[in-house]
Amino acid sequence: MSNYIKLIVLGLITFFAMIGINFARDLAYQVHAVIIMLVAGGMFLYTLRQTDEPRAPEPSHEYLDGVVRAGVIATAFWGVVGFLAGTFIAFQLAFPALNFNWAEGYANFGRLRPLHTSAVIFAFGGNALIASSFFIVQRTSAARLWGGNLAWFVFWGYQLFIVLAATGYLLGGTQSKEYAEPEWYVDIWLTVVWVAYLAVYLGTIIKRREPHIYVANWFFLAFIVTVAMLHVVNNLTIPVSIWGSKSVIVWPGVQDAMVQWWYGHNAVGFFLTAGFLGMMYYFIPKQAERPVFSYKLSIIHFWALIFIYIWAGPHHLHYTALPDWASTLGMVFSIVLWMPSWGGMINGLMTLSGAWDKLRTDPVLRMLVISVAFYGMSTFEGPMMSIRAVNSLSHYTDWTIGHVHSGALGWNGMITFGALYYLTPVLWKRDRLYSLSLVSWHFWLATIGIVLYAASMWVTGIMEGLMWREVDANGFLVNSFADTVAAKFPMYVVRGLGGVMYLTGSLIMCYNLVMTVRKAPAKEASLSVAVPAE
Amino acid sequence: MAILDKHKILETNATLLLVFSFLVVTIGGLVQITPLFYLENTIEKVEGMRPYTPLELTGRDIYIREGCYVCHSQMIRPMRDEVERYGHYSLAAESMYDHPFQWGSKRTGPDLARVGGRYSDDWHVDHLRNPQAVVPESVMPKYGFLERTMIEGEYIGDVMATNAMVGVPYTDEMVEQAQRDFRAQADPDSDYDGLLERYGEDINVRNFDGQPGVSEADALIAYLQMMGTLVDFSTFTPDASR
Repeated sequence: MSNYIKLIVLGLITFFAMIGINFARDLAYQVHAVIIMLVAGGMFLYTLRQTDEPRAPEPSHEYLDGVVRAGVIATAFWGVVGFLAGTFIAFQLAFPALNFNWAEGYANFGRLRPLHTSAVIFAFGGNALIASSFFIVQRTSAARLWGGNLAWFVFWGYQLFIVLAATGYLLGGTQSKEYAEPEWYVDIWLTVVWVAYLAVYLGTIIKRREPHIYVANWFFLAFIVTVAMLHVVNNLTIPVSIWGSKSVIVWPGVQDAMVQWWYGHNAVGFFLTAGFLGMMYYFIPKQAERPVFSYKLSIIHFWALIFIYIWAGPHHLHYTALPDWASTLGMVFSIVLWMPSWGGMINGLMTLSGAWDKLRTDPVLRMLVISVAFYGMSTFEGPMMSIRAVNSLSHYTDWTIGHVHSGALGWNGMITFGALYYLTPVLWKRDRLYSLSLVSWHFWLATIGIVLYAASMWVTGIMEGLMWREVDANGFLVNSFADTVAAKFPMYVVRGLGGVMYLTGSLIMCYNLVMTVRKAPAKEASLSVAVPAE
Repeated sequence: MAILDKHKILETNATLLLVFSFLVVTIGGLVQITPLFYLENTIEKVEGMRPYTPLELTGRDIYIREGCYVCHSQMIRPMRDEVERYGHYSLAAESMYDHPFQWGSKRTGPDLARVGGRYSDDWHVDHLRNPQAVVPESVMPKYGFLERTMIEGEYIGDVMATNAMVGVPYTDEMVEQAQRDFRAQADPDSDYDGLLERYGEDINVRNFDGQPGVSEADALIAYLQMMGTLVDFSTFTPDASR
């Protein structure tokens, strides 16, 4: 029966997309209508072939791991795409000729930069979060994912969101709100997918066979619900026409700035922090084979972190036309945030108590641990940069870019690599990884890459901040803006090289993971049967 | 701390954990965002602010489409060097009709909040076509395709009507005459009295890119040339505290 409803809905979407292709007012919308028509039409045919056919019953005592395997592949794939885009635009800033004239603007820095940020945050990070949360919630609840194939809908729906967002940027469909650039219909689609994600996740926790909800799941749950709230409020727009991608945001000027950075900073706080802490709370104890250091600390730092993070947004707007009271609140809470952030770091690092020797022999654990170290470093740097006096120098400069990347490459990237190295043998039932020495190569390439990146951006950031404000004895500005651009060139090359190293490391990882699936010896016992407290 | 034992209640009830987390994360936003809509001193009262003309609004949409905000801020901070370099610090009122705001977060290129009138139209045309020809140190991409892309402004009235829905004071007449005003502003030989009547005497009416017809470069330069020029700072006195 439900198949008939599906067929009607898919048929209507296909039909509507066909009309959309005809009436489209802009290129991004037209291309998106073609993509949606093809996807919905393909789904229609697939559903039609399945309708009224006998189906194998769902193996309710086994974990649903197919979707996690797909998520692992998607994470690695989008990671490489995102790093490649980032490395390319880094070199565009050093060598502007790389903004190819023949591309008629479609491959200019301004359009590729959102592509890079979204590919890394939402495609790489988002897939890592969805895959690992689906893996973790099943193991810690001893239950199969709730909702049957709804988890597959979340996975493929999210990939469609990524494709629509990425093609939209290239074709000029953007609403210019940083890290929330996709236009209104892409936002609506993401909302649908996200509600399904929450349903699968919460449903699985509710039918758990463990009395307590494991700490990793608190973080994932808070991440899912907060991102839903941020996404909806920050993207409240009125479409100019249902046949075009252009829309007008309801918030004006100063209020829009406040809403945007309330969203933007908490995309960091919840997408890139709370969710990834959920990963930390599962993979570090598992890989180190030690229990979490402190249960009480996890309670305190969880509630403190989610309460305080949400206030930190206005530190992006120091000395702007935002009223002082708001940016002061943002600054104070940002500094207080240092404590719960380091609470998480301490809980992660101290989990290794009694197992520190494993760092010598286990490069995967080394990767997980250095990610927490980078987390600690960037959650110290962040509060420091939110202090008004520091911010007056650092704001608008490359220092911010360096700060973001020590968090993104160091914390999010490294912990995701560690998770992928953990998950691949388990999910494909392999005894071990194909090569630990390749993991070490990846580790050192990535670490040195991050150091080059962060150090070069500290140098350019502080240098340009000082050059902008330099005045001579007569009170005149010493440097023209163009002088500061020219001075940054060598460091831009160093930054690009850091990116090349990081990208190379991720390619080595992909090779290692593929060879693990193809060549590593199989594991005897099956791990996919639901057993409590895994 | 015995209170931590109570955490068992949340920890064994998924719905309660979800609801409680949600309540905890709403507080910060409520306290920081809602007062901005009713505190009267959030936006200073200044003279001169007007909505964008159809051509300027089109240029602004091109600015957004090309991701100019990625490298250019539109927010001058009240510091000595910034005021020296870019002009009077930016006021909240100056972006009151901006949906979305374009303050930016990074200065890979200079701030543009007061770039209006600072360079000639010809300079802008040359600079968009090949930035390195005008500023050798520049790392800006080339935007020569803008002057080759001709536009009609057939949908700009709809964009203005949507802006009116969210509070930008566009009148019905402005929306109806949108396409006419769009063409008139880029053509000094046209009958542009209606445009000046609706938007003010200080509107720039010129053939911005020096070529026949309205191109995307016309629209973008029209937008750039009005940026930060609306408020007369010779008569402005700031509030003591905000």
